[in-house]
Amino acid sequence: MTETLGTTSLVLNEPLLWEKGGKGRCGFSMPRRDVESSPMNGGLVGPVPDFPELSEVDVVRHYTRLSQWNYGVDTGMYPLGSCTMKYNPKVNEKYASLPGFGGAHPLLPPSMVQGALKLMYDLERFLSEITGMDATTLQPAAGAQGELTGTMLIYAFLRSKGEHRSKFLIPDTAHGTNPASVSLCDFHPIPVKSNKDGILSPGAVAEAMDEDVAGILITNPNTLGLFEENIREISEIVHGKGGLVYCDGANMNAVMGIVEMGKIGVDVMHLNLHKTFSTPHGGGGPGSGPVCVKKHLEPFMPVPRVIREEGSYRLSSDYPHSIGRVHGFYGNFGVMVKAYSYILSMGPANLKKASQLAVLNANYIKESLKTVFTLPYDRPCMHECVFSDKRQNVHKITTLDMAKRLIDCGFHPPTIYFPLVIPGAIMVEPTETESKETLDEFIETCKSIVHEARENPDLLHEAPKNAKVRRLDEVTAARQPCLID
Amino acid sequence: MRYLPHTDEDISAMLKVVGVGSLEELFSTVPEDCRKKEPLNLPEPLTEWELDRHMASFAATMATMPEYKVFVGAGSYEHFVPSSVLSLLGRSEFVTSYTPYQPEVSQGTLQGIFEYQTLICRLLGMEVANASMYDGASALAEALLMAARITKRKKVAISHLIHPHYREVVKTYLWPTGYEVIELTYLGNGRTDLSALDGMTDLAAIAIQSPNFFGCIEDLAALRQKASGQGAMSIVSFTEALAYGLLRNPGSYGVDIVCGEGQSLGIPQSFGGPSLGIFASRMKYVRNMPGRLVGKTVDQAGRRGFVLTLATREQHIRRERATSNICTNQGLCALGAAMYMASLGKNGIRELAKLNYDKAQYLKGRLEVAGFKIRFEGPTFNEFVVELPNTFEHTYRRLLDQKIVAGLPLASYYPELNSCYLMVVTETKTKEDIDTLVKGIGS
Repeated sequence: MTETLGTTSLVLNEPLLWEKGGKGRCGFSMPRRDVESSPMNGGLVGPVPDFPELSEVDVVRHYTRLSQWNYGVDTGMYPLGSCTMKYNPKVNEKYASLPGFGGAHPLLPPSMVQGALKLMYDLERFLSEITGMDATTLQPAAGAQGELTGTMLIYAFLRSKGEHRSKFLIPDTAHGTNPASVSLCDFHPIPVKSNKDGILSPGAVAEAMDEDVAGILITNPNTLGLFEENIREISEIVHGKGGLVYCDGANMNAVMGIVEMGKIGVDVMHLNLHKTFSTPHGGGGPGSGPVCVKKHLEPFMPVPRVIREEGSYRLSSDYPHSIGRVHGFYGNFGVMVKAYSYILSMGPANLKKASQLAVLNANYIKESLKTVFTLPYDRPCMHECVFSDKRQNVHKITTLDMAKRLIDCGFHPPTIYFPLVIPGAIMVEPTETESKETLDEFIETCKSIVHEARENPDLLHEAPKNAKVRRLDEVTAARQPCLID
Repeated sequence: MRYLPHTDEDISAMLKVVGVGSLEELFSTVPEDCRKKEPLNLPEPLTEWELDRHMASFAATMATMPEYKVFVGAGSYEHFVPSSVLSLLGRSEFVTSYTPYQPEVSQGTLQGIFEYQTLICRLLGMEVANASMYDGASALAEALLMAARITKRKKVAISHLIHPHYREVVKTYLWPTGYEVIELTYLGNGRTDLSALDGMTDLAAIAIQSPNFFGCIEDLAALRQKASGQGAMSIVSFTEALAYGLLRNPGSYGVDIVCGEGQSLGIPQSFGGPSLGIFASRMKYVRNMPGRLVGKTVDQAGRRGFVLTLATREQHIRRERATSNICTNQGLCALGAAMYMASLGKNGIRELAKLNYDKAQYLKGRLEVAGFKIRFEGPTFNEFVVELPNTFEHTYRRLLDQKIVAGLPLASYYPELNSCYLMVVTETKTKEDIDTLVKGIGS
């Protein structure tokens, strides 16, 4: 390779906040004091928090420099499998910060917040339509909270029928949040193995399914990027024993307008607005994890719910079977605004097209790279494909080494070592917003890294060299944790 | 569509590489009976310019400052946010990055969160803070679950003066666990009645909010004493983080967990979310804490760097035995809070907090002069309860027409406080605004 996308440019060092500044500085325009100082019981007053003393310029330089040490979707391709790092439209950000939305207090009389309520009401219906489900709650603040909410709906549904089941089936390809979420509902997760094609077989589910199983939590498309082709039959098996089907919709980006989850046996599912619906990840959050349900679970949905009466909107908590609240207010409203804006910008045909192109991009990468990486499941994939480092292991090169070398070459690494069923997994989800040129560049870069693995393995072992820092000592960080300064 | 870069030529070239004839054919593994037959029934796409008008029309129906004078707090507080903070927080390297699992290309987020953890510990007097929870409500629920894990007990006591919504979230989270939730009533001074705890056994935790839902500052020394006397963990919740710019911090009373809402620290109210769940504890409990943690370390060249650490507590490693199921958190809000705290600094935070206190005291005083009763005599920060005549409901509605929201009616939350209103005054209200409010209430 002659020249890689990755290069080095001037990046500045920056100390910790309290290692800079000067006595007496303040970066805040203090509002005018127009009332007298009022005395206060001395016992209640504490010492002033030991915060830094910085001017506005100090603060601006600090965070500008820090930001330059980060890689974002706006920087380049971010093919993190299972995370759907698609482009985050700028216009969405603008709408979320309109003064009418950004400055809105959540506890005003409904007549004063009609726009927000209508937006939520419409978005719920859009998401129900996209999933083919009957009703949606926007309250969960992230995917994992959506999972907890959805699992709890199942728990509540079964309780309402006088049943108390103790187990939940979780495929071995599941996200880590899945077993953790069902545990919070006091269910014991029972792993179900995927078959030689990387999907669940009805037989394996039938074997694990009994009348003590509350349901199955199935990610579809699954984390190998494969469509669970037996979903209908699996749903029938689970329903046949009185259980319910939960679909983790983290991978909905593959099937918008193509599969109607509500028609294939799914009782409840969550979406990640910060994946499929283009809202940014913010370096870890905030996200939003709406939960969509079929009719029979609707009475148990969280309150308050937005209702429409004679053309106006209000919140109602008058649902006696509801599991209650899961959020202090109504969820991450600002994120909802962005997803709503995205859906209206795209429209029905482009949402479907987005899924088609996401799947095209993933298959294109799969076909182009299966000659150099091991492809454990060589079949048509959905929005992501999963390779392994088996062929590179003979040169003592691992997935981690290749991931770090990709950084030097200007790409964010794919998801690595997940799903757990594939040792040394390399999980690539390009998303639909990457162009053919970018994919070609990524493919060429991967190929040249594979070449380097043979010819110059030290280049990989020592990577990254172009980033702000080299590989970090994570072992010491965990053994002798230093979590504050 | 401008977000989709593929030309027709690209698509045909790529289909050829994949070995299929059309985009539809890519979905051959989706069985026929799983396919959606009809198109999505959604509105046709809007251009950017049409959407501008559409969104503006929605936003225009919302009652916000400066046109409206809103004296409602109750868990969401109107504070000024410096343009510098909003601008920095909009930097796309922060906004469009993922969770910092690849530390070499995430040092900005990682150092930023490490600084956030440190600033939160300094604000609250605690030893360790995580990288954020969803909000103050779920932070409290997780704190109670953590206490139950540590003490191996199944009963928790929470104050009736914790935000009513937080108590609802706690009940939702704890329902499937079968843990018992006991609510502690309150005294005439607006503080939690801790006497009911005497003789109670097997408590995992005692949780109170300070300043509490009525705005009153609780007796944290008594909380700590009661809890440790019973081998229970003491938990302090809060909704108004700015209070700790002025008040003695919970850590100094020796409490075990401090958790609450950080929206006041530079985060727009945004109709209740996204906000910031703050979670802090003692170092000895760190391995039982929920959520992500950033730690300091060095790279191969010996330079300072930061990584996500102690991940063995978390769901992606520990799975069903994790300390929580949380994955995506409120990272960007945490970073914003750090920017805000850095901007205020030690010189600003005390002055701003005191200004909030003084303005609320001014309103209190004016209401008393006008003949209204401040319902609880306990000391408050920027929020308090005032009792108004039964006829005030009409006045309240009239004031709404004048674009003044005269507090939050408490009757639906506390039926015994019929005709009581929870009022907040922050730095966003001028003396004139306050005078206008008092005049309006009295007329």
